[in-house]
Amino acid sequence: MERGFTKRTQKLRNESVSTKPNISMERSILITEAYKKYEGTVDIPILRALTFRHLMENKKLHISSGDLIVGEKGPSPLSVPTYPELCCHTLDDLDVMNNRERIGFEVVKDDLKIQEEIIIPFWEKRSIRSKIFEHVSDEWKDCYHAGIFTEFMEQRSPGHTVADGKIYEKGFSDFIADIDNEIVSIDYKNDRRALDRKVQLNAMRITCEAIISYGKRYYELAISMANNEKNPERKEELLKIAENCKTVPANKPKSYWQAVQMYWFIHIGVTSELNNWDAYSPGRLDQHLIPFYNQDTESGEIGRGKARELLECLWIKFNNQPAPPKVGITLKESATYTDFANINTGGIKKDGSNGVNEVSYLILETMDEMKLLQPSSNVQISKKTPNNFLRKALEVSRKGWGQPAFYNTDVIVQELILAGKEIRDARQGGASGCVETGAFGKEAYILTGYFNLPKILEITLNNGFDDYSSRQIGLKTGEVTDFKSYEEILSAYEKQLKHFIDIKIIGNNIIERIYGKQMPAPFLSVMTDDCIKRGMDYNEGGARYNTSYLQGVGIGTITDCLTSIKYNVFDEKKITMEELISAINSNFEGHENIYNLVKHKTPKYGNDDDYADNIMKSVFDMYHRLVTNRPNMKGGTYRINMLPTTCHIYFGSVMKASVNGRLSGKPLPDGISPEKGADVNGPTSVIKSASKMDHINTGGTLLNQKFSPSIVEGEKGINNLASLVKSYFALDGHHIQFNIIDKKVLMEAQKNPDDYNDLIVRVAGYSDHFNNLEKALQDEIIERTDQKFN
Amino acid sequence: MKYNKNLIFNIQKFSIYDGPGIRTTIFYKGCPLSCSWCHNPESKKSVPEILTKDQNCKGCGSCLNSCPVNKLYINNGRVCSVKDIECKGCGKCADCCINSARELAGKEYNLNDLVGLIESDQIFYDESGGGVTFSGGEPLLQIDSLEKLAHKCKMHGIHVAVDTSGQVPFEYFERIIPHADLFLYDIKIMDLKSHKLHTGVSNNLIIENLKKLSLNKAKVWLRLPVIDDLNNNDKHIDSVLKLLCSINIDQINILPYHDMAIGKATITDRVEKFKTPSDHFINHMQKRFQDNGYKTIIGG
Repeated sequence: MERGFTKRTQKLRNESVSTKPNISMERSILITEAYKKYEGTVDIPILRALTFRHLMENKKLHISSGDLIVGEKGPSPLSVPTYPELCCHTLDDLDVMNNRERIGFEVVKDDLKIQEEIIIPFWEKRSIRSKIFEHVSDEWKDCYHAGIFTEFMEQRSPGHTVADGKIYEKGFSDFIADIDNEIVSIDYKNDRRALDRKVQLNAMRITCEAIISYGKRYYELAISMANNEKNPERKEELLKIAENCKTVPANKPKSYWQAVQMYWFIHIGVTSELNNWDAYSPGRLDQHLIPFYNQDTESGEIGRGKARELLECLWIKFNNQPAPPKVGITLKESATYTDFANINTGGIKKDGSNGVNEVSYLILETMDEMKLLQPSSNVQISKKTPNNFLRKALEVSRKGWGQPAFYNTDVIVQELILAGKEIRDARQGGASGCVETGAFGKEAYILTGYFNLPKILEITLNNGFDDYSSRQIGLKTGEVTDFKSYEEILSAYEKQLKHFIDIKIIGNNIIERIYGKQMPAPFLSVMTDDCIKRGMDYNEGGARYNTSYLQGVGIGTITDCLTSIKYNVFDEKKITMEELISAINSNFEGHENIYNLVKHKTPKYGNDDDYADNIMKSVFDMYHRLVTNRPNMKGGTYRINMLPTTCHIYFGSVMKASVNGRLSGKPLPDGISPEKGADVNGPTSVIKSASKMDHINTGGTLLNQKFSPSIVEGEKGINNLASLVKSYFALDGHHIQFNIIDKKVLMEAQKNPDDYNDLIVRVAGYSDHFNNLEKALQDEIIERTDQKFN
Repeated sequence: MKYNKNLIFNIQKFSIYDGPGIRTTIFYKGCPLSCSWCHNPESKKSVPEILTKDQNCKGCGSCLNSCPVNKLYINNGRVCSVKDIECKGCGKCADCCINSARELAGKEYNLNDLVGLIESDQIFYDESGGGVTFSGGEPLLQIDSLEKLAHKCKMHGIHVAVDTSGQVPFEYFERIIPHADLFLYDIKIMDLKSHKLHTGVSNNLIIENLKKLSLNKAKVWLRLPVIDDLNNNDKHIDSVLKLLCSINIDQINILPYHDMAIGKATITDRVEKFKTPSDHFINHMQKRFQDNGYKTIIGG
């Protein structure tokens, strides 16, 4: 089936989904040229700005036939730039990308030569990645390689930042005026940061000029294409595109079409400057576009259909930009082409009133029709959200491929206020990436790495020794068989947890400073309040709010493990600690009785059973207490969230069998979901258990539920789903999403992948083609508990 | 009633086919009928009993010593029971079975624990217009405890449905009516002889009770199981329609027989295999009731 509201979007979508992602050397070459020209002659922020300008003034432009919105990150759709200043790929890396079965990128021979002769010699020692590994401690490296935590910034720059509404009220010439105002008011007499301020502001100014040049170049290209265009209709469109690019990004948009184009130019700017995590997002797109939509539909400039077509064009643009290529552990933690641009629809307005408008419904129609991996789309549901909107969103979600996800506006607002945001900023905030909470346009909320909570218990039970890496990476907290009580074990676990969090945060502090000093992001700084006002870069702490997140993984497993010890060894005294340890050391082989006991006859998280759920709360509280409010290096603080992307597979693979009956190497559960097969009482009990966690004290949690299609059929099915969402949200749950698919279909797809090219499933905070997932992840999704009626 | 406590063989949360909204269904153990197509054969006896899944048994013998009456032995690599020894239904063998080959059907719950279990999902009932459904077996056989439980649920503002076979003295109904918002009332076979043959009892009392329930202005959803070759005929529909002339009901649920229970843990070979009626007949049946002005739904 051709997807697309018009022939045009059908064609563009088809090109987007059928082109194989490939590596483009263009950006690497251009930035190398710029560095060779300017490095050493100017301050680093200026160097970065001039590099950005060189890129935007020289990168190849591309207008596909039929395009209404213009701009690509690479020279053409699905052509992906690399960022050697962050991660300089070896020839082996490129070879692996070219040949790996999943998440591959085509690399042509000539490019290998460029990489070998130009890129590697220049960037090998200059890259941030090499600097990180030079500066972090050996114990950090040991933990990293043992799978205790991952490191987000070793191949990609800090990001997790979302646009707010200012780009629809100001153009870049207005931002230049703002910058100039700050420059003239620098207090050289008293401000010890005066010079830094000047340098940073000048750098930001250069990037504004650069994006204006980029727009101008598209204006010129569109005019020249229009002159050569025979088809009068297309000619008119090209002239319209030219007119748009003449207006934006230099000036504020005047029309709906220009508003969409404005965002897209900025998206290309931010994601070309650096490869920041989670790309960039337009945030509350429906609220930003509604004034333009009302104006243009009332004046007759566009109709509803055109407005929808333009949204579809935007959707396709997102899909044209696969995530920057990743390698090594970073690929394992995030094995997907999705770059996590995540659009929030619905929610509330600045004044707290209901934010759903007609564009919100257009967005639902667009995501439904497009069925693309990118952008990720979600709806924010508040207690003020009309039922009709929730039901329409559920009707799309019920189709089974995981979009939209559902976020709880009222909880997001509370999370942000608890983290120190002003109420107006909180109301205009939302979730980005997978589920991460932030104040849009005003916050740098950096995900720093996943944290393997159950592995730390494994190490605690082994007196600090890690079998996987054969190293003593933990503290010597004592032989587990000497512990006299559950409390002693829990206290040893807490010591180990603190030990590893300390190592991670010390590493983070070093990495944050490396970015702050060496890798400013002046263009992103223009987009983020209050970098201009403070004359300070985004990576230095210029944003109004600066949060560092540490993402806990495997709460289901750690809960069930501690429960198993407390219940079986200490409370019920069914087995001894020695027996339990000996069982996990042999992967339960020859210990079937113990396996049966811990797997099937022990309380488990996910069943609304307080015995296990109270243990979940105690571990969650401990993790929260040990992380939250620690200072980061940007004047902000640490917070936690609970999500995995694909890291639960990797973290499981570095662990032996667990005392809850999880076998060696098997994946951990995703997000805050219960351990596979542990939840036997249905979705209401999962929701009850999950909501005992204090979500408001996090920056986002992730709950996936899988349903058989028959459960959600008909009007009644929508009623039931709506009730589950509303109940979970009334209980202060942060986020819930659904996979609605028969297990049989997934198993069939695994056997005959070619017949299921179109099959999309929800993974964690995003959806992906089933065929793009590695086998272990496919298995994990198949084994997720199917919520069905008996 | 032998048990003062509630003898329950299953508690189903997120139950969406036993009344309106999202519900918790409590399955009481013990049933006065022995329907040949019964989905829950373990519901029949009013005492706890052991269910076995022979294909899971590896003959490991973990259970042998746990049996207080020494009923178990191994034969041909599988655990077997000595027929003459009566099982006490203590469940110890199921507790120590590694391979999920043994399961205890029937557990006694005291009143407050059940209230707690039911109440724990109240937020979902409130959002969805759901509540609790007492089913079975025949919940009214345990009227003493059921009455107290339903009363408590009502006090907590929980919607109460009672799914009944109707085969109990009407005084049991009189005791539960003040606490029940809805009755899910089964009419299985209108033909008396056939009813007796396939359920073990006559349907006189069932029909009488339904009429009385109607006189008491109770809200009733009539549930009509349809089994191929048994009651999938117009004669059956005609008799139901005739019965309906004298009573008031709120809606009809047509429940096509399915064979999900085959393969379920079994106690004996009690389950006979029946066939699912055709969609054609089910639609026809729905239309006939609808044509007579009844809200009629296929499924629960």
